[in-house]
Parts: sequence; C-alpha cells; structure tokens
Amino acid sequence: MSAPFSWIKPEPHGIYIPPADCWVDPSRAVGKALVTHGHADHARGGHGETVATPETLAIMELRYRTGAEDDAGEIPHKAVPVEYGETIRLTGGVDATYIPAGHVLGSAQILLEHAGERVIVTGDYKRREDPTCPPFEVTPCDIFITEATFGLPLFTHPPIEDEMAKLLDRLAAHPDRCVLVGAYALGKAQRVIAELRRAGHRDPIYLHGAMEKMCRLYEEHGVDLGELRLVADYSKDDMRGAIVVCPPSALNDRWSRRLPDPITAMASGWMRVRQRARQRNVELPLVISDHADWGELTRTIKEVDAQENWITHGREDALLRWCQLHQRRARALALVGYDDEDD
Amino acid sequence: MEEFAALIDALVYTRSRNEKLRLIAEYLRATPDPDRGWALAALSDGLDFPAVKSSTIRNLMKDRIDPVLWSLSRDFVGDTAETASLLWPQKQLAPDQPPSPPSVSETVELLEAMNRKSVVTELPKLLDRLDPSGRYALLKLATGGMRIGVSSRLAKTAFAQAFEVSVDEVEEYWHGLTPPYPELFAWAAEGEDPPDIDHLPTFRPFMLAHPLEETVVDLGDYAAEWKWDGIRVQLVRACDETRVYSRSGDDISATFPELLDVLPFPAVLDGELLVRGTVQGGEEDGAASFNALQQRLGRKTVSKKMLKEAPAFVRLYDALLVEGEDLRPSSWTQRRARLEALMERLPDSHFDISRIVEAKDFEHLAAIREGSRDDAIEGLMLKRKDSPYIAGRRVGYWYKWKRDPLLVDCVLMYAQRGSGKRSSFYSDYTFGCWDGDPDAGADLLPVGKAYSGFTDEELKKLDRHVRRNTVNRFGPVRETDKSLVFEVAFDSVHESKRHKSGLAMRFPRIHRIRWDKPPHEADRVQALRALVRD
Repeated sequence: MSAPFSWIKPEPHGIYIPPADCWVDPSRAVGKALVTHGHADHARGGHGETVATPETLAIMELRYRTGAEDDAGEIPHKAVPVEYGETIRLTGGVDATYIPAGHVLGSAQILLEHAGERVIVTGDYKRREDPTCPPFEVTPCDIFITEATFGLPLFTHPPIEDEMAKLLDRLAAHPDRCVLVGAYALGKAQRVIAELRRAGHRDPIYLHGAMEKMCRLYEEHGVDLGELRLVADYSKDDMRGAIVVCPPSALNDRWSRRLPDPITAMASGWMRVRQRARQRNVELPLVISDHADWGELTRTIKEVDAQENWITHGREDALLRWCQLHQRRARALALVGYDDEDD
Repeated sequence: MEEFAALIDALVYTRSRNEKLRLIAEYLRATPDPDRGWALAALSDGLDFPAVKSSTIRNLMKDRIDPVLWSLSRDFVGDTAETASLLWPQKQLAPDQPPSPPSVSETVELLEAMNRKSVVTELPKLLDRLDPSGRYALLKLATGGMRIGVSSRLAKTAFAQAFEVSVDEVEEYWHGLTPPYPELFAWAAEGEDPPDIDHLPTFRPFMLAHPLEETVVDLGDYAAEWKWDGIRVQLVRACDETRVYSRSGDDISATFPELLDVLPFPAVLDGELLVRGTVQGGEEDGAASFNALQQRLGRKTVSKKMLKEAPAFVRLYDALLVEGEDLRPSSWTQRRARLEALMERLPDSHFDISRIVEAKDFEHLAAIREGSRDDAIEGLMLKRKDSPYIAGRRVGYWYKWKRDPLLVDCVLMYAQRGSGKRSSFYSDYTFGCWDGDPDAGADLLPVGKAYSGFTDEELKKLDRHVRRNTVNRFGPVRETDKSLVFEVAFDSVHESKRHKSGLAMRFPRIHRIRWDKPPHEADRVQALRALVRD
C-alpha cells in the first residue's frame, strides 16, 4: 500500500492527482482540470477537459469560448458538468464531489476521495450569505486545503448592509453626481447589484460594457438584478444620482469622463486598509469581499476540524501561525499563478 | 473626537486639493476652541507627546495579540497606528452604557498627562472609548505626523480660507505661537488684533528655489552663488536672544551654542551653516564636507572637544530683517547691498558672506558649474536680482542648479515594503556592487539604499520582480536573486564605518532600471571608492 495521501501532490502550478492524472485549478493549460470556480486565476483556458459545475462551465465558455469549434468543425474541449452534491468517478479510483463554496455563482469546494482518504480543495470561499450563490457547506475531511486571501487578523469584513447604507447615503447626498463602483466583473459586481436591490434600491443601475455579458449570465441562472442599463446608451444627465458599476481597471480610466462627476467607490476586502484605498484613488471605500475574512477562515478550520490544513494563495504565514497557536497541524503550499492581492 | 476622526477619514480619501481645503476649513469654522486649535496643530506641524511613541503602541499590542500575527499585520498595512486601530479589541458596551468618545481637547489633556509608566494603562482606556476610525485619529494625533496627504502649508491655507485672512500673514505669525493658537483664532475668527511677534526671536519662513532643469536665464537678470553643502539656517536675534532655526523651522540653537552670542544686533539672517575645513571651496572659501558637519547634527549637548574640532560658522545669503527694518519687500540687489554693508559689524570668526560667482554669460556659468565637483560643491543658485524675499517656492525668482549626479550600476540585493502611499509595495531597495571580479566568484557588497527615482508604473513592475525573485525572507525584508541592475544616481560618496563596503552615498536614487543589463556587468566597489572626495 502506498503512503497516506501520496495520491495528492501540491505542485507549483496547482494540486496534482497522479492516479487520475488530473489537476485542480491548474495555473497553466493541462489535459484534464477540475475547476473550483470561474475566476481567471483558477479557471484558465486551454485545458483538454474541464470538470466543473454547469455555472462555472458557462462562465468559462463566455470567457474563453471553450465550446468553440476548431478548423475541422470539432469542439476540441471536453466540458464535464457536475452538479452540487454530485460525485464523479475519475480514473485511478478517485472520486470528486462538488460542494457549494459560497464564493461566486457556480463556485465549489472539491472533495476528493481515494482509498478511504478525504481531501477538500476549497478554491475561494466565504461564509457570509450571498444572494447570488448557495452558501458554503462545512464538510468533514482529513486534509483541508484552504485559501488565505484575507489571512490576517486585521481583516474583518463588516456586515454588507452597513456598506450598502454607506453607498446609498453618499448617493443621496449628491443628487447631481453619480457613484462609480469598481467591482470585479465576475461575482462582486452581481453581488453588489443584488444587495442594492435587497436594500430597496429600485433605480436603474448603469453598467460598463465589460460587465454586461456576465450580468446577463447571472440573470439566466436565476439571479434577479433589476433594471440594468449600459452607460454607452445614455447621456451624462441620465446618470445623475445613479449608481454605475465598472471593473476596477476602469475606475481611473478615461472612460469615466463620460460620467457626471463620479464619486469613486471600490468594493473590495482590501478597502479595510486606508492606504490600499488611497493607492486606488478611491473616495468611498466599500469593504465587501467574496472571500472569508480572518474570523471566517479560523472558524472554518475549527468547524471542518481536519487532521491537517494546507494553506494556499494569500497570507499563508499568519494562518499557519494561528494553526500552530491552536495546536492544529498545518503547512503552507507555495502555489504560483494565483493573483496574490486580487479580490 | 468623532468629528476630527471623520475629518481625518475624509481627508485620507480625498484627492482634490480644493476639496481638502474645503473640508478642513469647514471643520475649523464649525468646531469650538480649543478643539480646532489642537486639530490645526495636529494637521500642520504635528503634536508631540513624549510618552506615546510608535514603540509604545507596539508594546500595548503585543499584550493583546500574538507578536508574530502583529508583525505580519503591521508589515502588510505599513503603518503602526492604522494596524493597531484595526486590531484593537473593540470594547463591547452594555446596552445602557452609551459610547463616551473624548473631545479633542480632552484627548490632548489626557495624552499630555501620560508618562512612560501610566501610558500603559491610560492609553488603552482612551482606545476603549473609540471606534476604529477614532482609534486611528487618536493614534495618529498621539504619535505626531499624520501622514495623510495634508502638508503643513495646506493646513495653514485652509485656515486662511476658513476665516478669509492672508496665508502669508498666517505664516508670519505661526512660528511665534504655540498650539492651540488662541491668539491666531482670536485674530482671524474674532477680528481681534494680530499676534505680536516683533519682540520674539521667531522663525520666518524661508524663500526656496525651484530646480532649473531646462530653463536658461539671462545673467543680466540673475546673480549666481555657490550652492553650499551644509544646512540652511536662519539666525534670529530679538530682545537680546539669538536662536538658530533649521529649514523646517525647528529650533536647533542648543546644537550650535557657538552661534548664540555672536550676532550683535537684532536681525533675521539667512545662510548656510558649515563647519571649518578645506574640502568645500578649497583654501579661499574653506568649509568642511557635509560629512564633517553631520557629526554635529542632532545633538542636544555639544562637547568642548567637538566645538574645537568642528567649529560652525554661517555663510550668509540674505538679510530679512535688520534692527527692526523689514527688508523682505526690497529687491535682492538692495538686500545684498545691505548684507555686504553688515559684514564689517559681524565677527569673521563666525560669519562670512556667500560670494557671487562671476560669469560672462550662461554658457560660461555652465562651464564653471561643471568644474564645481572638485570643490565638492553641490552646484549653483540663481537669484533674480529684482526678487523680493517671499516665503516658499515662487516660480521664476530663485533656481537651484545642482551639478549632474554621479552614476553607478548596482545590483538589487534586498527589498522591503514601503509605508504610507507605498504600503504593501516592495519599494525600499538595498543594492550592492561587486567586491572584485564577479566572474571570478566575487560577492556583492551592499553600498546603498534608495526609495525614489521611479514612477508608480515602474514601482509595480519592481514589486512584481521582487515577489517573483525572492530567494530568502528575513522578517519584512526579502532577499532577491540579484538579477536586476539599477543605475543609481547620487550626489557624492563618502567613507563610512556604518556599511560593510566602507562607503556611504549621499542622496542615492534610482536613475534607471536596467532590465536589460546582466548583473555581472554592474560596477565594482573599487570604482565607487574612486569617487570619494573627503
């Protein structure tokens, strides 16, 4: 019999599963990939075969046109959908089960089982409620491979209602201006819009062109985003007193000149640190994250109560330290290619 | 404290200068005395509470959070006060117990009353009364510099704007007054008489110069002087008391006692403080190198030996006030004539005059400037002959024309994260030169450190380079694989025992990032040593 857990190997470019000859969230193109969710640093294009939730596959299709035909009229990429709670058998006697991670639409933790050993790769996750995706499910396992993007004790994401109130108050105080919210095109943008609707904001919300398709995809998957309009179709005056959502890269771009004196906001967990907001020239920082904060990370490690915790992409050092202080076995993985400081 | 904390937060997140002015002015108008005076002091020169230092905060935190988690957090945030404000355990209040945040004046009173022992129990009590924003404002206030993108000048301009008075007048009174500036508010806000500073040895703001860069000036309109490499000082005598002020207006009289009874009449004089020697300007204009002067800086008391070995004197540039007469509105030519006439009333032992550099034309002057390196002089000053003496930096009046910097190719060795605006970026670089032939196995020796000279875009690329090429970590410091060459510019290089290479550069900055250059082609320590002029 082989050594315990020898069937799972953290490599610089992802987690490799030798008996199944496949990778979890590889940061370069491979033959067969299990993908936790659609963010670019986890879901790369160019794999031969991708196993993911139907929502994640739809997101990847939108981003990489993975369903495109080649010159011979064939679709070279093989998409294998797995529903939440469903288990598929990989080669070499490895089972993979997709479990909600609560991060973005379609995001999953992947439970891998082999020879009676259970390993979970969380991908990215959070424990807060999110109207755009089902919540994280605590699942017992032997090795828990957790993200640590906000793995420092200073990260406490406030209740999202407080941040929405901050945004709507500022909007009401400046009826002649607009509030331009920088938010990642996949997940954050739709969550912010859905939360605004939940907070009772019924006005049309204006979108940067780059966000349209992803918002439509969310709507097709049953997430109600209310009335959305494209900035390009409206005049400056139409957008006075309105909320405009754009990708963070467009915040200080020339594009924003077409807006009525925008108040620059950014929805990100990094906004908790003043200097981060300043570096981005953000006037209205909104501390909203789709990742677990310090409290959620440590609580999850306790609740999952695995024999061993492997910590990846993010501030591994601090979470590793916390595990030591709490007598939990842990190690840091040095995976490359994950956007270290993105959210 | 809530309003002050809200102001600080708003200022942190505001880009526009006008908006910052408006925010501060609004606060100053709406806030009662003496809170607003303390706030103004905090925003301008900063308040000093000897009992509260950055290390005090660190120690308080280490009793409340694991030291490793603290250091990792501090390293990420890049600011001790902010890290502590975020990590301080929030005090949970009972439902019948309303929050009781202190006012700014109560805060100042409590901070002033603290000593190094009581601070350990008293500062936590104050922190417990505040929310994270309040804690941030408190800790910034308590430890001095706010570092929130508000300069002292901006705060004074906002004050002037709030009460519709002239900022130059504010500057004039400023240094004669102390926080919370009751006389200043009485004058500006209540219309009372302006503060009386004529009978105090008060600092007057310096006139400063712009870099010349591409400008060419007509020597018919401008006079040239050497730019001496000492420290700019203002000597003020009033009511039989002389004080020496540094460029920032700090009173450094105690450091230079030999200058305190040599000015025989009331005056305000502008000059360069130097130490006797021959390195700068040779026999004729003899002064020691900046290195020699440095031994005397920052001392609260001075030994007799030091006074004998490194006697200070002032090389005069300008006269602002003489025996009650304000010369500042007169032209430079007139002031210069007055200064020259004053020289015979001043003892040679402690004063000389910065002589005018004669040149036929601008080209000739450029040639003279080129030759200045051998005399260890920083460069030239160009002063418009009809310029009045105006506080601050006014375009077109005074120019500094530094000689071209020295350049050397160094290899990046270590990087550390920056603070403030650059928090989280690896922006502080230690670089080295080869101690021999790199192809024969020579090592790199660190020769300097630089934090500037690159654009924000380049900083991002450098940060990425450091993260991707880290070979070792020592706490907040990363050692890189020594694959990147910097062309480093510096003003001069001196012998130094502080560094392993035995050399220390003056004003090193990154001149160019040589992404293209292989590290073994960088310079050797010997090449740098050959540039020493001590």
